[in-house]
Amino acid sequence: MNTGRVVITGIGAISPLGLNVSGLWEGLCGGKCGIATIQAFDPVGFTCRLAGEVAAFKIRKHVPKSHRKATKLMCRDIQLAIVAAEEAIADAGIITKATDPANINFDPPRMAINVGAGVICCNIEELSPAIIKSVTDGKFDLRKFGTAGIEAVTPLWLLKYLPNMLACHIGIIHDIQGPSNSITCGEAGGQIAIGEAVEIIQRGNADLALAGGCEAKVNPLLMLRQCILGRSTSENNDDPDGACRPFDAEAKGSVFGEGGGMVVLETIEHAQERGAKIYAEVAGSASSNAVNIGYSHIEPDGKGIEIAIEAALAEAGIDAGQLDLIIPHGTGIPADDRAEATAIANVLARGTAGAKDAPVWPTKGMLSHTGAGAGAIDVVTAAKAIAEGKTGMGKNCNNKAEGCELNIITEPIEKDFNYILCSSYTFGGQTAAVVLKRV
Amino acid sequence: MNANKVVITGMGLVCPMGHDVETVWAGMLSGKNGMAATTVFDASTFPSQFGAEVKGYDLTGSVGRPDRHKYANRGSQFVLGAARQACTQAGIDVETDKPADGIDRTRMGIYLGAGEGSVDNENFFEAIVKGWDDDSSEMDWSKWAKVAFGQMTPMIELEQEPNMPAAHVAMMTGARGRTRSCLTACAASTQAVGEAAMLVRSGKAEIMITGGAHSMIHPLGVMGFSRLTALSTRNDSPETASRPFSATRDGFVLGEGGAIVILESLTSAKKRGAKILAELIGFGSSSDAFRITDMHEEARGAVQAIKSAIADAGIECQDIDYISTHGTSTSENDSIETRAIKTVFGDNAANVPVSSAKSMFGHLIGATGCAELITCILAIRDDVLPPTMNLNDPDPDLDLDYVPNKPRKAKVDVAMSESFGFGGQNNVLIIKRFCE
Repeated sequence: MNTGRVVITGIGAISPLGLNVSGLWEGLCGGKCGIATIQAFDPVGFTCRLAGEVAAFKIRKHVPKSHRKATKLMCRDIQLAIVAAEEAIADAGIITKATDPANINFDPPRMAINVGAGVICCNIEELSPAIIKSVTDGKFDLRKFGTAGIEAVTPLWLLKYLPNMLACHIGIIHDIQGPSNSITCGEAGGQIAIGEAVEIIQRGNADLALAGGCEAKVNPLLMLRQCILGRSTSENNDDPDGACRPFDAEAKGSVFGEGGGMVVLETIEHAQERGAKIYAEVAGSASSNAVNIGYSHIEPDGKGIEIAIEAALAEAGIDAGQLDLIIPHGTGIPADDRAEATAIANVLARGTAGAKDAPVWPTKGMLSHTGAGAGAIDVVTAAKAIAEGKTGMGKNCNNKAEGCELNIITEPIEKDFNYILCSSYTFGGQTAAVVLKRV
Repeated sequence: MNANKVVITGMGLVCPMGHDVETVWAGMLSGKNGMAATTVFDASTFPSQFGAEVKGYDLTGSVGRPDRHKYANRGSQFVLGAARQACTQAGIDVETDKPADGIDRTRMGIYLGAGEGSVDNENFFEAIVKGWDDDSSEMDWSKWAKVAFGQMTPMIELEQEPNMPAAHVAMMTGARGRTRSCLTACAASTQAVGEAAMLVRSGKAEIMITGGAHSMIHPLGVMGFSRLTALSTRNDSPETASRPFSATRDGFVLGEGGAIVILESLTSAKKRGAKILAELIGFGSSSDAFRITDMHEEARGAVQAIKSAIADAGIECQDIDYISTHGTSTSENDSIETRAIKTVFGDNAANVPVSSAKSMFGHLIGATGCAELITCILAIRDDVLPPTMNLNDPDPDLDLDYVPNKPRKAKVDVAMSESFGFGGQNNVLIIKRFCE
């Protein structure tokens, strides 16, 4: 019996605030900041020298013996995703081939996986020796690269950088044999992946799913990209704590980072039958997109964000006035924040009286912008807020920017949250929204 | 849940054999192919020096507002042409701020299986060369940054992101409904079309513009596949290099392209009076969960995806008249795919004709699945099976009916299209001749 109600029964996160959900949650509630000067490489020539980096961990400890050799094929994005997935699966009480092969308690072909991933830039450090072997008279020589250069590259090089490999490695480690997808919608990928996984369960193609998103943006090429696109702040290099200021009048741009969030999803009947604890129901999800000639930013009126939120609310069958909390994308990029604030305000304005006062909790001032991981981390945060009945507060957003007329919380809230909305969008224009409901 | 019938009302294709569906199809039925020496970059010293390039394609002549897409990478350029053809056939207005087609834009979405764009080659390589520190034999990032910040440009960097083809299609069509993009390697656009079909079936969208876009014909792409020894190195004979299911197959031929189909609910198609090209009846998806580098020896994931598509379609194996295989011309894929078909079809396997479009237009990677689905639509329309070309040395272990070397007239009512991605993500679609 499948009533179409899908719930979250496990959560996992790896972020600049910690290697697990408790690190994330305590960090967010304590107003900590995971942003600091970049450690991964020397950023001295970069206009933004800040990032949200994840603390050191040993990936070999997070994979079973049979998969240890494959750790050589894992770029940073894959490693982070594996850690977050491990936590979510364990938290849900799912026993897999990796955790205890004698007591597996799910049917592998009936479990799906859906992971939002970013573009995975090749690691220049790894590639550079081959490029240097391909130089003639001080210049890169493609003909040399075709012979000596290529031979200097590790044979399985390509497999490290395919964005589908996050889902593939996790699937192999935990023996997840059902539908598997890799959503590549930039920074909206995590929430779109969660929404699609819910649909896969609803239509009966899986009993269980692992879904989320993960990305590691802290490498020279991706950080350069954010700098030259004018997305990252170049004015706060000496003030990491105050650098990322969502919806704030002093915002100068975002700070990018690395991290990911994962959730285990299943029908409510399946969860009840196996006695799983339930964090929340995914009551609605939707996606849309901007139609925008200047597609490096979101369209100024936020129309695509608004459409996605409206559709997610409709799917949840609720009025905007029933929202107890909104976790927005809120990046600290002034134009994008104004667009999102406009979209949210428009939705709330159509709700019942009082809807416009819905509390809004931006998290990137603490977490930085973790790309495809960001929206999924927000869903994990929302699930935790429902379970704990409390929030932290926004950081660096005390002085609202003009055009950002939202009720951004400056004090923690303690209450039973019945409905929480998470919103996200990306350069290129895709948007996503997820509504969680207390069960 | 309500279950809408999903029909196909438009198709568009830009691929190595032509810039529109009919040219490509006519070529496939007359022994042509898209292979030739690589011209996009100087590949003269690479292990594989040829490919299946889209030749002579000009965005300006293919779309109405080329100025909006001036930074579009190759994959985006191709898919824009394909989207325009498909929308035109389906009666969807494009490139206008005031569409008069009566379609609610919030009920029309986009789902692409799209690949990343090439790095900005010249600047990418130059920054590494100049950023290299000879003394320490490693990168000096401040030196690298000096070149990179000086020479790399925002839009060319942005266009490398795999969600950009969908952004361009949105600009062209004004679609505001459910929009997604996925990249499950070689299975991406099959997965995109399948998931898009599910959105129409469940009523979350009325119309989906779906398909794929990809080009990996660039130095790092060819390098990556070469290192995996996935590419044919038959440099002396590009035209016969892609030889799926042949005993002498030695790898795939790297292609590129864009392919789009328009999916819509039967109700919507009827209301609009759109011509129905076929009905999409089945979608199956699975993962091997086996190894990053190899397909499961017993084709476990492929079998599950095929079985699940057949179950989803509510048909039996014997109802399937034709299979468009993944058929890459690699040793592993072709034998494991044959095994998968034999496992699912049992004694009936030898009676089902199967063929590989990749023997003619190469492997379009993310775009390939939708391009091959289009050949299935045409096989049904014209009751003809496209051949597997270059099959002159049959592999004694591979004993299906591969429709060798010549197209064949045959009644085709139901066709299945298979795609299997690196890493083990498998996707299968089934379409059927539409009848009331």
